[in-house]
Amino acid sequence: MQSLLAASRSSSRQLALGHRAFSSSLRRWQAVPTEKPVLIKEFKIYRWNPDEPEKKPELQSYKIDLNQTGPMVLDALIKIKNEIDPTLTFRRSCREGICGSCAMNIDGQNTLACLCRIDRDASKNAKIYPLPHMYVVKDLVPDMTQFYKQYKSIQPWLQNSNPPEKGEFLQSPEDRRKLDGMYECILCACCSTSCPSYWWNQDEYLGPATLMQAYRWIADSRDAHKAERMERLENEMSLYRCHTIFNCSRTCPKGLNPAAAIAKIKLEMAAE
Amino acid sequence: MMSTRALGLGAALRKAAFSPSVVRNQVVLRNTLGKRFIQIETITPSTEQNILNQQRLKRPSSPHFTIYQPQLTWVASIANRITGVGLSVLLYGFSIAYLVAPTTFDSQHVVEVVAGLPEGVKYAGKAILAAPFSFHAFNGLRHLSWDVVKFTTVKGVYATGYVVLGATAISTAVLTFLK
Repeated sequence: MQSLLAASRSSSRQLALGHRAFSSSLRRWQAVPTEKPVLIKEFKIYRWNPDEPEKKPELQSYKIDLNQTGPMVLDALIKIKNEIDPTLTFRRSCREGICGSCAMNIDGQNTLACLCRIDRDASKNAKIYPLPHMYVVKDLVPDMTQFYKQYKSIQPWLQNSNPPEKGEFLQSPEDRRKLDGMYECILCACCSTSCPSYWWNQDEYLGPATLMQAYRWIADSRDAHKAERMERLENEMSLYRCHTIFNCSRTCPKGLNPAAAIAKIKLEMAAE
Repeated sequence: MMSTRALGLGAALRKAAFSPSVVRNQVVLRNTLGKRFIQIETITPSTEQNILNQQRLKRPSSPHFTIYQPQLTWVASIANRITGVGLSVLLYGFSIAYLVAPTTFDSQHVVEVVAGLPEGVKYAGKAILAAPFSFHAFNGLRHLSWDVVKFTTVKGVYATGYVVLGATAISTAVLTFLK
């Protein structure tokens, strides 16, 4: 009886050992995760809280490991918000450069945080500000009310009181091609807020984004209100505060060229 | 016993058996707490607008030219403006001075004054006059090309920008050392 018990005990121990050996050997065959070195980079981010309006805006410093972060600046912002400071406020939505929500000033240039790669040089810090010369709602969120009002003021829709009798408006491929490079605008306001003229005359000057959309409708062969559209721009402020600085085209995250569109409006208006 | 272990329910049953009944019924707890402590205030649209307007009054304006990266585009534009203003001030200043005192500011007196200056001051003065004049003149041509929609790509802007800077350097040197 005794020996029988001992035998069964030893056999069960063997079974347990065998089991353990099996699982550890399995782990040994699995791929070992590569140990990436820690790469700490400092992000200095503009903070202002409307609940404490008397406190001046300031840059707050955050340090994160780039090897535990996604490649884009938006990834870094989301990581900071998730793991370090949930009060950090910014707009974001699509994370692929089509919604225009995460427009901000990164290292001195206006761009979309989701399209801007983090500079891997950890010896330099990254500075993130809201879009320049805009009223700040909170942290990186600017007040876009004026920008949208300006866009509305150019009546950005097709106006033609003589629609074709049957079917849709037809357009030649050449006429359609004139709209390329303008209809792609996502109205992120990177260009307008990079423009020094727009900084000083935001209340009356329409700014590059809105003006390019104005030309998008002026250039459209299907639109019948070209003259009225140009008439509305015929004053000192709306259009002619553009001094052909080209900050807008330089900074556009979609690679569009608002300055060229404005130059074309000016030329067409001068030729009239 | 075998069946509970197989389903993994053992721990849950044990916990339920030993915990007080109030904690066990979490839904009831949450409802009573919620109803007692959360108060919602109804706000009319006009009050809402007032709060928004109060916030708007206190909003800061975000920083602009102090934080924007210096780029050839806008730095050249500012330089164009400054040199233009400087040259205008010089032209109008001298013209008005000539109208006010024609005898002191005529060509003969100016030539005499300049001739009496030391060599270094002459060259420095010529360079200070030549550089803004050259830049403003060449950059003016660049602006004229944009007005007829030429070189209006970012590449075109940078290429013409560097051409203007090069031409300004050469022209300044020539004008400074011209005898």
